[in-house]
Amino acid sequence: MKQLAIIGGGTAGTIVANRMARALPHKEWTVTVLDPAPEHLYQPGLLFLPFGAHDERKMIRPRKKTLHRRLSWRQVGVRAVDHENKVLELDDGDRLAYDLVVITSGSRIRPELTDGLMGDAWRRDHFDFYTLDGAQALREKLPAFKGGRLVLNVVEMPIKCPVAPLEFMFLADAYFTKRGIRDDVELVYATPLDSAFTKPYCAAQMSYLLEAKGIKVVTEFNTMKADGNKLVSYDDRTEPYDLLVSIPTHSGAAFVETSGIGDELDFIPTDRHTLLAKDMRDVFVLGDAIDLPSSKAGSVAHFQSEVVGHNLLAAIADKPLEPDFDGHANCFVETGHGKAMLIDFNYDVQPLPGKYPVPGIGPFSLMKESRANHAGKLGFRWLYWHGLLPAKPLPVSHRMSMRGKKALPPAKPDAPTATPVA
Amino acid sequence: MTLHTYAGTDIQTNDEGFMTDANQWTPSVGQAIASEIGLPLSPRHWEIINYAREDFAGAGKSPGLRRISKATKVPIKELYSLFPKGPGKLIARIAGLPKPKSCL
Repeated sequence: MKQLAIIGGGTAGTIVANRMARALPHKEWTVTVLDPAPEHLYQPGLLFLPFGAHDERKMIRPRKKTLHRRLSWRQVGVRAVDHENKVLELDDGDRLAYDLVVITSGSRIRPELTDGLMGDAWRRDHFDFYTLDGAQALREKLPAFKGGRLVLNVVEMPIKCPVAPLEFMFLADAYFTKRGIRDDVELVYATPLDSAFTKPYCAAQMSYLLEAKGIKVVTEFNTMKADGNKLVSYDDRTEPYDLLVSIPTHSGAAFVETSGIGDELDFIPTDRHTLLAKDMRDVFVLGDAIDLPSSKAGSVAHFQSEVVGHNLLAAIADKPLEPDFDGHANCFVETGHGKAMLIDFNYDVQPLPGKYPVPGIGPFSLMKESRANHAGKLGFRWLYWHGLLPAKPLPVSHRMSMRGKKALPPAKPDAPTATPVA
Repeated sequence: MTLHTYAGTDIQTNDEGFMTDANQWTPSVGQAIASEIGLPLSPRHWEIINYAREDFAGAGKSPGLRRISKATKVPIKELYSLFPKGPGKLIARIAGLPKPKSCL
Protein backbone atom coordinates (compact mmCIF):
# COMPACT_ATOMS: atom_id res chain seq x y z
CA MET A 1 0.00 0.00 0.00
CA LYS A 2 1.12 3.52 -0.73
CA GLN A 3 0.72 6.27 1.83
CA LEU A 4 -0.64 9.77 1.33
CA ALA A 5 -0.25 11.64 4.63
CA ILE A 6 -2.15 14.84 5.33
CA ILE A 7 -0.85 16.91 8.22
CA GLY A 8 -3.70 18.83 9.82
CA GLY A 9 -7.47 18.36 9.56
CA GLY A 10 -8.56 21.98 9.33
CA THR A 11 -10.45 23.38 6.37
CA ALA A 12 -7.71 22.74 3.79
CA GLY A 13 -6.68 19.31 5.08
CA THR A 14 -10.21 18.00 5.42
CA ILE A 15 -11.22 19.06 1.90
CA VAL A 16 -8.09 17.57 0.31
CA ALA A 17 -8.43 14.37 2.33
CA ASN A 18 -12.07 13.88 1.36
CA ARG A 19 -11.29 14.65 -2.26
CA MET A 20 -8.42 12.14 -2.34
CA ALA A 21 -10.42 9.45 -0.49
CA ARG A 22 -12.64 9.36 -3.54
CA ALA A 23 -10.04 10.04 -6.23
CA LEU A 24 -7.41 7.44 -5.28
CA PRO A 25 -7.88 3.68 -5.76
CA HIS A 26 -8.34 2.53 -2.18
CA LYS A 27 -6.76 -0.84 -2.78
CA GLU A 28 -3.49 0.90 -3.63
CA TRP A 29 -3.50 3.97 -1.41
CA THR A 30 -4.03 4.69 2.26
CA VAL A 31 -4.90 8.31 2.99
CA THR A 32 -4.05 9.26 6.57
CA VAL A 33 -5.08 12.48 8.30
CA LEU A 34 -2.90 13.44 11.28
CA ASP A 35 -4.52 15.80 13.76
CA PRO A 36 -4.49 15.68 17.57
CA ALA A 37 -7.70 17.72 18.00
CA PRO A 38 -10.85 15.59 18.44
CA GLU A 39 -13.09 18.22 16.89
CA HIS A 40 -13.29 20.45 13.84
CA LEU A 41 -14.02 24.13 14.49
CA TYR A 42 -15.95 26.32 12.03
CA GLN A 43 -13.69 29.36 12.30
CA PRO A 44 -15.85 31.97 10.51
CA GLY A 45 -18.27 31.69 13.45
CA LEU A 46 -15.70 33.09 15.90
CA LEU A 47 -16.29 36.67 14.70
CA PHE A 48 -19.86 36.68 16.02
CA LEU A 49 -19.27 35.18 19.48
CA PRO A 50 -17.94 38.35 21.17
CA PHE A 51 -21.13 40.18 20.20
CA GLY A 52 -23.43 37.67 21.85
CA ALA A 53 -23.83 34.75 19.45
CA HIS A 54 -24.10 31.45 21.31
CA ASP A 55 -23.95 28.93 18.50
CA GLU A 56 -20.85 26.98 19.50
CA ARG A 57 -22.85 23.77 19.11
CA LYS A 58 -23.22 24.52 15.41
CA MET A 59 -19.57 25.57 15.10
CA ILE A 60 -18.03 22.34 16.34
CA ARG A 61 -18.28 18.82 14.93
CA PRO A 62 -16.53 15.63 15.95
CA ARG A 63 -13.64 15.23 13.51
CA LYS A 64 -14.70 11.69 12.68
CA LYS A 65 -17.92 13.04 11.14
CA THR A 66 -16.05 15.42 8.85
CA LEU A 67 -13.84 12.74 7.30
CA HIS A 68 -14.75 10.27 4.54
CA ARG A 69 -15.20 6.71 5.87
CA ARG A 70 -12.25 5.43 3.82
CA LEU A 71 -9.84 7.88 5.46
CA SER A 72 -7.66 6.83 8.32
CA TRP A 73 -7.48 9.49 11.05
CA ARG A 74 -4.68 9.32 13.61
CA GLN A 75 -5.27 11.53 16.61
CA VAL A 76 -1.67 12.59 17.00
CA GLY A 77 0.46 15.63 16.23
CA VAL A 78 3.53 15.72 14.00
CA ARG A 79 6.87 16.50 15.63
CA ALA A 80 8.97 16.74 12.47
CA VAL A 81 8.97 16.15 8.74
CA ASP A 82 12.05 14.25 7.56
CA HIS A 83 11.59 15.04 3.89
CA GLU A 84 14.93 13.54 2.84
CA ASN A 85 13.79 10.12 4.05
CA LYS A 86 10.09 10.75 3.49
CA VAL A 87 9.14 9.96 7.07
CA LEU A 88 7.01 11.84 9.60
CA GLU A 89 8.02 11.74 13.25
CA LEU A 90 4.92 11.76 15.41
CA ASP A 91 4.31 13.13 18.90
CA ASP A 92 3.70 9.62 20.28
CA GLY A 93 7.19 8.53 19.16
CA ASP A 94 5.88 6.59 16.18
CA ARG A 95 7.11 7.17 12.63
CA LEU A 96 5.03 7.22 9.47
CA ALA A 97 6.65 6.64 6.09
CA TYR A 98 4.90 8.38 3.19
CA ASP A 99 4.94 8.43 -0.57
CA LEU A 100 3.31 11.84 -0.78
CA VAL A 101 2.55 14.36 1.96
CA VAL A 102 0.23 17.34 2.04
CA ILE A 103 0.94 19.96 4.70
CA THR A 104 -2.20 21.74 5.87
CA SER A 105 -1.11 22.59 9.38
CA GLY A 106 -2.47 26.15 9.18
CA SER A 107 -1.46 29.13 11.27
CA ARG A 108 -1.76 29.90 14.97
CA ILE A 109 -1.66 33.05 17.05
CA ARG A 110 1.49 33.82 19.06
CA PRO A 111 0.59 36.48 21.66
CA GLU A 112 3.70 35.52 23.65
CA LEU A 113 5.86 37.11 20.92
CA THR A 114 4.70 40.62 21.89
CA ASP A 115 5.99 42.02 25.18
CA GLY A 116 3.28 42.60 27.75
CA LEU A 117 0.44 41.13 25.72
CA MET A 118 0.08 38.06 27.89
CA GLY A 119 0.50 37.89 31.65
CA ASP A 120 -2.04 39.32 34.12
CA ALA A 121 -3.85 41.44 31.55
CA TRP A 122 -4.47 38.53 29.16
CA ARG A 123 -8.19 37.82 29.04
CA ARG A 124 -8.76 40.64 31.56
CA ASP A 125 -7.98 43.78 29.50
CA HIS A 126 -6.28 42.07 26.53
CA PHE A 127 -8.34 39.75 24.34
CA ASP A 128 -8.21 37.88 21.08
CA PHE A 129 -11.07 36.48 19.02
CA TYR A 130 -9.08 34.06 16.84
CA THR A 131 -9.46 31.18 19.29
CA LEU A 132 -12.65 29.66 20.69
CA ASP A 133 -11.79 30.43 24.32
CA GLY A 134 -10.58 33.92 23.34
CA ALA A 135 -13.85 34.76 21.55
CA GLN A 136 -15.84 33.33 24.48
CA ALA A 137 -13.84 35.34 27.03
CA LEU A 138 -14.50 38.51 25.06
CA ARG A 139 -18.20 37.68 25.00
CA GLU A 140 -18.10 37.65 28.82
CA LYS A 141 -16.18 40.93 28.91
CA LEU A 142 -18.07 43.13 26.44
CA PRO A 143 -21.36 43.47 28.38
CA ALA A 144 -19.34 44.85 31.32
CA PHE A 145 -17.65 47.44 29.10
CA LYS A 146 -19.52 50.68 29.84
CA GLY A 147 -17.51 52.99 27.60
CA GLY A 148 -13.96 54.12 26.88
CA ARG A 149 -11.36 53.46 24.26
CA LEU A 150 -11.46 50.11 22.49
CA VAL A 151 -8.36 49.52 20.39
CA LEU A 152 -8.21 46.72 17.87
CA ASN A 153 -4.61 46.03 16.95
CA VAL A 154 -3.14 43.89 14.21
CA VAL A 155 0.36 43.24 15.54
CA GLU A 156 1.98 42.00 12.35
CA MET A 157 1.10 40.69 8.91
CA PRO A 158 0.23 38.14 7.64
CA ILE A 159 -2.93 37.24 9.54
CA LYS A 160 -5.71 34.79 8.95
CA CYS A 161 -8.72 36.37 7.26
CA PRO A 162 -7.34 39.87 6.54
CA VAL A 163 -10.85 41.38 6.50
CA ALA A 164 -11.70 40.14 10.02
CA PRO A 165 -10.35 43.24 11.82
CA LEU A 166 -12.60 45.51 9.73
CA GLU A 167 -15.57 43.22 10.26
CA PHE A 168 -14.90 43.23 14.00
CA MET A 169 -14.95 47.03 14.04
CA PHE A 170 -18.17 47.23 12.00
CA LEU A 171 -19.86 44.74 14.32
CA ALA A 172 -18.54 46.57 17.40
CA ASP A 173 -20.04 49.81 16.09
CA ALA A 174 -23.42 48.10 15.60
CA TYR A 175 -23.19 46.37 19.00
CA PHE A 176 -22.49 49.54 20.99
CA THR A 177 -25.10 51.47 18.98
CA LYS A 178 -27.68 48.85 19.92
CA ARG A 179 -26.69 49.13 23.57
CA GLY A 180 -27.19 52.89 23.34
CA ILE A 181 -23.63 53.69 24.46
CA ARG A 182 -21.94 54.22 21.08
CA ASP A 183 -21.19 57.86 21.96
CA ASP A 184 -19.26 56.70 25.02
CA VAL A 185 -17.05 54.30 23.08
CA GLU A 186 -14.09 55.34 20.99
CA LEU A 187 -13.28 52.71 18.36
CA VAL A 188 -9.67 52.71 17.14
CA TYR A 189 -8.14 50.38 14.56
CA ALA A 190 -4.33 50.31 14.72
CA THR A 191 -2.71 48.50 11.80
CA PRO A 192 0.88 48.03 10.58
CA LEU A 193 -0.36 48.56 7.00
CA ASP A 194 -0.31 51.99 5.38
CA SER A 195 -4.08 51.95 4.88
CA ALA A 196 -7.08 50.05 6.22
CA PHE A 197 -7.47 48.82 2.65
CA THR A 198 -4.41 48.13 0.57
CA LYS A 199 -6.11 48.15 -2.84
CA PRO A 200 -6.85 51.59 -4.30
CA TYR A 201 -10.33 50.60 -5.51
CA CYS A 202 -11.22 49.02 -2.16
CA ALA A 203 -9.93 52.07 -0.35
CA ALA A 204 -12.06 54.35 -2.51
CA GLN A 205 -15.17 52.18 -2.20
CA MET A 206 -14.94 51.09 1.41
CA SER A 207 -13.28 53.90 3.34
CA TYR A 208 -16.64 55.64 3.64
CA LEU A 209 -17.77 52.76 5.85
CA LEU A 210 -15.09 53.49 8.42
CA GLU A 211 -15.80 57.19 8.25
CA ALA A 212 -19.58 56.77 8.48
CA LYS A 213 -19.22 54.50 11.49
CA GLY A 214 -16.79 56.85 13.24
CA ILE A 215 -13.92 54.37 13.41
CA LYS A 216 -10.50 55.95 13.80
CA VAL A 217 -7.72 54.31 11.79
CA VAL A 218 -4.08 54.48 12.90
CA THR A 219 -1.77 53.28 10.11
CA GLU A 220 1.82 52.03 10.00
CA PHE A 221 1.62 51.19 13.69
CA ASN A 222 4.14 48.43 14.37
CA THR A 223 3.47 47.22 17.89
CA MET A 224 6.50 46.76 20.14
CA LYS A 225 4.70 46.17 23.43
CA ALA A 226 1.44 46.42 25.33
CA ASP A 227 1.93 48.35 28.53
CA GLY A 228 -1.22 47.47 30.48
CA ASN A 229 -3.04 50.59 29.36
CA LYS A 230 -1.33 51.58 26.13
CA LEU A 231 0.29 50.13 23.03
CA VAL A 232 3.78 51.35 22.19
CA SER A 233 5.08 51.17 18.61
CA TYR A 234 8.68 50.69 17.50
CA ASP A 235 8.77 54.33 16.43
CA ASP A 236 7.66 55.42 19.94
CA ARG A 237 4.04 56.29 19.23
CA THR A 238 1.46 55.28 21.84
CA GLU A 239 -2.20 54.30 21.67
CA PRO A 240 -3.94 54.24 25.05
CA TYR A 241 -6.78 51.77 25.58
CA ASP A 242 -9.35 50.71 28.13
CA LEU A 243 -9.90 47.46 26.26
CA LEU A 244 -7.43 45.90 23.84
CA VAL A 245 -8.55 43.41 21.22
CA SER A 246 -5.38 42.04 19.71
CA ILE A 247 -4.84 40.08 16.54
CA PRO A 248 -1.47 38.71 17.59
CA THR A 249 1.42 37.67 15.36
CA HIS A 250 0.59 34.51 13.42
CA SER A 251 3.02 31.71 12.70
CA GLY A 252 2.93 28.26 11.17
CA ALA A 253 2.99 25.03 13.18
CA ALA A 254 5.77 24.21 15.64
CA PHE A 255 6.96 21.17 13.62
CA VAL A 256 7.71 23.49 10.68
CA GLU A 257 10.34 25.25 12.77
CA THR A 258 11.65 21.99 14.26
CA SER A 259 12.02 20.53 10.77
CA GLY A 260 13.69 23.67 9.42
CA ILE A 261 11.30 23.84 6.47
CA GLY A 262 9.72 27.27 6.98
CA ASP A 263 10.46 30.99 6.72
CA GLU A 264 10.95 33.42 9.60
CA LEU A 265 7.37 32.86 10.76
CA ASP A 266 7.33 29.13 10.00
CA PHE A 267 5.29 29.47 6.83
CA ILE A 268 6.43 27.09 4.11
CA PRO A 269 7.93 28.37 0.83
CA THR A 270 5.60 27.06 -1.87
CA ASP A 271 5.27 27.46 -5.62
CA ARG A 272 2.54 30.06 -6.11
CA HIS A 273 0.83 28.25 -8.99
CA THR A 274 1.39 24.47 -8.54
CA LEU A 275 1.39 24.55 -4.69
CA LEU A 276 4.35 22.17 -4.60
CA ALA A 277 6.77 22.90 -1.75
CA LYS A 278 9.80 24.72 -3.10
CA ASP A 279 12.62 22.93 -1.31
CA MET A 280 11.24 19.44 -0.71
CA ARG A 281 10.34 16.43 -2.83
CA ASP A 282 6.79 15.06 -2.94
CA VAL A 283 5.37 17.69 -0.58
CA PHE A 284 2.35 19.87 -1.37
CA VAL A 285 1.29 22.76 0.83
CA LEU A 286 -1.98 24.65 0.96
CA GLY A 287 -4.17 26.71 3.25
CA ASP A 288 -2.76 29.01 5.90
CA ALA A 289 0.53 27.06 6.15
CA ILE A 290 1.92 28.54 2.92
CA ASP A 291 4.13 31.62 2.55
CA LEU A 292 2.21 33.00 -0.45
CA PRO A 293 0.60 36.44 -0.71
CA SER A 294 -2.83 34.85 -1.26
CA SER A 295 -5.24 35.49 1.63
CA LYS A 296 -5.25 33.07 4.54
CA ALA A 297 -8.94 32.23 4.21
CA GLY A 298 -11.23 29.22 3.88
CA SER A 299 -12.30 30.09 0.34
CA VAL A 300 -8.66 30.16 -0.72
CA ALA A 301 -8.04 26.75 0.88
CA HIS A 302 -11.04 25.45 -1.03
CA PHE A 303 -9.84 26.79 -4.39
CA GLN A 304 -6.33 25.50 -3.69
CA SER A 305 -7.67 22.05 -2.82
CA GLU A 306 -8.90 21.59 -6.40
CA VAL A 307 -5.44 22.42 -7.73
CA VAL A 308 -3.67 20.18 -5.21
CA GLY A 309 -6.14 17.34 -5.80
CA HIS A 310 -5.41 17.53 -9.51
CA ASN A 311 -1.65 17.84 -9.02
CA LEU A 312 -1.45 14.91 -6.58
CA LEU A 313 -2.97 12.70 -9.28
CA ALA A 314 -0.60 14.19 -11.85
CA ALA A 315 2.39 13.54 -9.59
CA ILE A 316 1.29 9.92 -9.06
CA ALA A 317 0.86 9.43 -12.82
CA ASP A 318 4.23 11.11 -13.45
CA LYS A 319 2.57 13.83 -15.50
CA PRO A 320 3.47 17.55 -15.45
CA LEU A 321 1.80 19.59 -12.70
CA GLU A 322 -0.80 22.20 -13.65
CA PRO A 323 0.27 25.72 -12.62
CA ASP A 324 -3.38 26.46 -12.04
CA PHE A 325 -3.69 28.38 -8.78
CA ASP A 326 -4.26 32.08 -9.47
CA GLY A 327 -4.58 33.41 -5.91
CA HIS A 328 -8.38 33.37 -6.10
CA ALA A 329 -10.17 34.45 -2.90
CA ASN A 330 -13.80 35.14 -2.22
CA CYS A 331 -14.88 36.67 1.08
CA PHE A 332 -18.01 37.96 2.70
CA VAL A 333 -17.31 41.10 4.72
CA GLU A 334 -19.79 41.71 7.55
CA THR A 335 -20.56 45.43 7.73
CA GLY A 336 -22.99 45.35 10.68
CA HIS A 337 -26.76 45.89 11.05
CA GLY A 338 -27.60 42.76 9.05
CA LYS A 339 -25.62 43.66 5.96
CA ALA A 340 -22.47 42.35 4.31
CA MET A 341 -20.30 42.89 1.26
CA LEU A 342 -18.77 40.26 -0.97
CA ILE A 343 -15.33 40.55 -2.52
CA ASP A 344 -13.79 38.31 -5.19
CA PHE A 345 -10.20 38.73 -6.37
CA ASN A 346 -6.89 37.00 -7.13
CA TYR A 347 -3.13 37.62 -7.25
CA ASP A 348 -3.48 40.11 -10.09
CA VAL A 349 -7.02 41.46 -10.11
CA GLN A 350 -8.34 43.56 -7.26
CA PRO A 351 -11.96 43.25 -6.07
CA LEU A 352 -14.40 44.60 -8.68
CA PRO A 353 -18.12 45.42 -8.53
CA GLY A 354 -20.70 43.12 -10.14
CA LYS A 355 -22.80 40.05 -9.35
CA TYR A 356 -21.69 36.60 -8.09
CA PRO A 357 -21.66 33.69 -8.78
CA VAL A 358 -24.16 34.03 -11.66
CA PRO A 359 -23.20 37.00 -13.88
CA GLY A 360 -25.87 39.73 -13.88
CA ILE A 361 -28.06 37.83 -11.43
CA GLY A 362 -26.13 37.08 -8.28
CA PRO A 363 -27.80 36.61 -5.86
CA PHE A 364 -24.77 38.24 -4.28
CA SER A 365 -23.52 41.75 -4.98
CA LEU A 366 -19.79 42.31 -5.22
CA MET A 367 -18.29 45.34 -3.49
CA LYS A 368 -21.70 46.50 -2.26
CA GLU A 369 -23.47 46.17 1.08
CA SER A 370 -26.63 44.06 0.96
CA ARG A 371 -28.87 41.93 3.16
CA ALA A 372 -28.56 39.04 0.67
CA ASN A 373 -24.81 39.02 1.25
CA HIS A 374 -25.35 38.84 5.01
CA ALA A 375 -27.79 35.95 4.54
CA GLY A 376 -25.11 34.33 2.38
CA LYS A 377 -22.51 34.71 5.10
CA LEU A 378 -24.81 33.07 7.67
CA GLY A 379 -25.98 30.35 5.25
CA PHE A 380 -22.39 29.56 4.45
CA ARG A 381 -22.06 27.52 7.64
CA TRP A 382 -24.45 24.90 6.27
CA LEU A 383 -22.57 24.86 2.97
CA TYR A 384 -19.28 24.50 4.86
CA TRP A 385 -20.30 21.30 6.66
CA HIS A 386 -22.30 19.76 3.83
CA GLY A 387 -20.66 20.99 0.61
CA LEU A 388 -17.20 22.43 1.19
CA LEU A 389 -15.64 19.97 3.67
CA PRO A 390 -16.96 16.82 1.91
CA ALA A 391 -15.47 18.30 -1.32
CA LYS A 392 -18.73 18.13 -3.24
CA PRO A 393 -18.83 19.97 -6.59
CA LEU A 394 -19.83 23.61 -5.95
CA PRO A 395 -20.99 26.17 -8.54
CA VAL A 396 -17.88 28.31 -8.14
CA SER A 397 -14.66 28.07 -10.11
CA HIS A 398 -11.28 27.77 -8.45
CA ARG A 399 -9.98 30.23 -11.04
CA MET A 400 -11.22 33.77 -10.67
CA SER A 401 -13.62 34.81 -13.42
CA MET A 402 -14.21 38.26 -14.89
CA ARG A 403 -17.73 37.30 -15.94
CA GLY A 404 -20.43 39.35 -14.22
CA LYS A 405 -17.92 41.98 -13.17
CA LYS A 406 -17.90 45.60 -14.19
CA ALA A 407 -14.74 47.13 -15.52
CA LEU A 408 -13.27 49.79 -13.29
CA PRO A 409 -13.49 53.43 -14.22
CA PRO A 410 -10.15 54.15 -15.93
CA ALA A 411 -7.45 54.32 -13.29
CA LYS A 412 -5.41 57.42 -12.88
CA PRO A 413 -2.17 56.85 -14.79
CA ASP A 414 -0.17 57.06 -11.58
CA ALA A 415 -2.35 54.62 -9.60
CA PRO A 416 -0.36 51.77 -8.08
CA THR A 417 -0.86 48.44 -9.85
CA ALA A 418 -3.01 45.72 -8.37
CA THR A 419 -1.66 43.07 -6.03
CA PRO A 420 -3.55 40.95 -3.51
CA VAL A 421 -5.84 42.69 -1.17
CA ALA A 422 -6.92 43.09 2.36
CA MET B 1 7.25 56.92 -12.94
CA THR B 2 10.12 59.31 -12.41
CA LEU B 3 13.55 59.38 -14.00
CA HIS B 4 16.50 60.12 -11.72
CA THR B 5 20.21 60.32 -12.20
CA TYR B 6 21.89 58.41 -9.39
CA ALA B 7 25.66 58.02 -9.41
CA GLY B 8 25.75 59.03 -13.06
CA THR B 9 23.21 56.40 -14.14
CA ASP B 10 19.67 56.99 -15.39
CA ILE B 11 17.38 55.19 -12.94
CA GLN B 12 13.63 54.91 -13.10
CA THR B 13 11.55 54.79 -9.91
CA ASN B 14 7.85 54.61 -9.21
CA ASP B 15 6.03 57.47 -7.53
CA GLU B 16 6.99 56.25 -4.07
CA GLY B 17 10.68 56.26 -5.03
CA PHE B 18 11.21 52.51 -5.40
CA MET B 19 13.44 51.47 -8.30
CA THR B 20 11.56 49.63 -11.04
CA ASP B 21 14.56 47.48 -12.04
CA ALA B 22 16.56 45.99 -9.17
CA ASN B 23 19.31 44.95 -11.60
CA GLN B 24 20.32 48.57 -12.19
CA TRP B 25 21.37 48.91 -8.57
CA THR B 26 24.98 49.36 -7.47
CA PRO B 27 26.27 50.37 -4.04
CA SER B 28 26.87 53.89 -5.43
CA VAL B 29 23.24 54.07 -6.54
CA GLY B 30 22.19 53.00 -3.02
CA GLN B 31 24.45 55.67 -1.56
CA ALA B 32 22.88 58.31 -3.87
CA ILE B 33 19.33 57.31 -2.88
CA ALA B 34 20.26 57.47 0.81
CA SER B 35 21.80 60.93 0.34
CA GLU B 36 18.63 62.10 -1.39
CA ILE B 37 16.62 60.84 1.60
CA GLY B 38 19.16 62.52 3.91
CA LEU B 39 20.25 59.35 5.69
CA PRO B 40 24.01 58.90 6.29
CA LEU B 41 24.98 55.23 5.92
CA SER B 42 27.22 53.49 8.48
CA PRO B 43 28.73 49.99 8.10
CA ARG B 44 25.79 48.73 10.21
CA HIS B 45 23.38 50.16 7.59
CA TRP B 46 25.32 48.46 4.81
CA GLU B 47 25.18 45.13 6.59
CA ILE B 48 21.42 45.33 6.42
CA ILE B 49 21.22 46.68 2.87
CA ASN B 50 23.53 43.93 1.66
CA TYR B 51 21.46 41.29 3.41
CA ALA B 52 18.28 42.64 1.78
CA ARG B 53 19.95 42.46 -1.66
CA GLU B 54 21.16 38.89 -1.10
CA ASP B 55 17.82 37.74 0.26
CA PHE B 56 15.94 39.29 -2.64
CA ALA B 57 18.22 37.49 -5.12
CA GLY B 58 17.22 34.15 -3.57
CA ALA B 59 13.64 34.67 -2.43
CA GLY B 60 12.45 36.99 -5.21
CA LYS B 61 10.74 39.37 -2.81
CA SER B 62 11.78 42.17 -0.46
CA PRO B 63 12.35 40.91 3.07
CA GLY B 64 10.15 42.14 5.92
CA LEU B 65 11.53 43.43 9.21
CA ARG B 66 11.13 40.18 11.11
CA ARG B 67 13.04 38.33 8.42
CA ILE B 68 15.83 40.93 8.34
CA SER B 69 16.04 40.94 12.12
CA LYS B 70 16.14 37.15 12.39
CA ALA B 71 18.82 36.76 9.72
CA THR B 72 21.10 39.68 10.67
CA LYS B 73 20.51 39.44 14.45
CA VAL B 74 19.84 43.19 14.50
CA PRO B 75 16.87 43.81 16.85
CA ILE B 76 13.78 45.37 15.25
CA LYS B 77 14.08 48.34 17.61
CA GLU B 78 17.56 49.03 16.25
CA LEU B 79 16.30 48.77 12.66
CA TYR B 80 13.93 51.61 13.57
CA SER B 81 16.77 53.77 14.85
CA LEU B 82 18.98 52.99 11.83
CA PHE B 83 16.18 53.55 9.31
CA PRO B 84 13.73 55.89 11.06
CA LYS B 85 9.94 55.83 10.55
CA GLY B 86 9.44 52.92 8.16
CA PRO B 87 12.57 50.74 8.11
CA GLY B 88 11.03 48.05 5.88
CA LYS B 89 10.25 50.51 3.12
CA LEU B 90 13.42 52.55 3.60
CA ILE B 91 15.70 49.52 3.42
CA ALA B 92 13.99 48.30 0.24
CA ARG B 93 14.17 51.76 -1.32
CA ILE B 94 17.89 52.22 -0.65
CA ALA B 95 18.62 48.64 -1.72
CA GLY B 96 16.83 49.23 -5.03
CA LEU B 97 14.14 46.64 -4.30
CA PRO B 98 10.35 46.77 -4.67
CA LYS B 99 8.20 48.01 -1.78
CA PRO B 100 7.77 45.06 0.61
CA LYS B 101 4.32 43.53 0.29
CA SER B 102 2.39 42.97 3.44
CA CYS B 103 1.43 39.44 2.48
CA LEU B 104 -2.33 39.66 2.57
